[in-house]
Amino acid sequence: MTVSPALRSYNKRVLWLSLAYGVFLLTAVYGFKHHLVSGPVAIVLALLPALAIIGIFAAVGRYLVEEQDEYVRMLMVRQTLWASGFALSVATAWGFLESFDVVGHVESYYIAILWFGGLGLGSCMNRLTVGRPEAA
Amino acid sequence: MENRLRVLRAERSWSQQDLAERLEVSRQSVNAIETGKYDPSLPLAFRIAELFDRTIEEIFTSPSRRSSGAI
Repeated sequence: MTVSPALRSYNKRVLWLSLAYGVFLLTAVYGFKHHLVSGPVAIVLALLPALAIIGIFAAVGRYLVEEQDEYVRMLMVRQTLWASGFALSVATAWGFLESFDVVGHVESYYIAILWFGGLGLGSCMNRLTVGRPEAA
Repeated sequence: MENRLRVLRAERSWSQQDLAERLEVSRQSVNAIETGKYDPSLPLAFRIAELFDRTIEEIFTSPSRRSSGAI
């Protein structure tokens, strides 16, 4: 399958942002573990991994704007809708379970992980419904 | 939406990839349109019609006309 220029740009952006996330996370863990930061610097350091993840959300949005193939764009829109529905549903259910002390606390950044997992779910749903036919 | 895209393409001995390149879309898109899994936007429908030198109605069957038995 040929890869569109928009998809190539998206893949590059996600790769760089993922690398940045890894570096920022390791730096933040090291800084806080060794008590090297405090005050505003601590806030910035704690936010750096989040900014990389937010950057990936922005990359998805930019891809949707740049993709010229309307069918491929529609597939990605469906994927993101599945991802959003899945992440929000699990987060809502977990929030109520947590409120009533049925389950323990989970950090809210796991919603982002659920969303990325939801993209995979959306891809499966695309294959099951509209499919990705290979026959010419 | 039913259409005659596969027939028109076959008349010219074009593969799905050939048609996709002429329309500047992916082969995946051509396949989805041909099999009726995806209805193209109006601009893309016009591009398809212009490529085959036909009107949109000559290529795509209106779902409402099809259900009323007008065609």
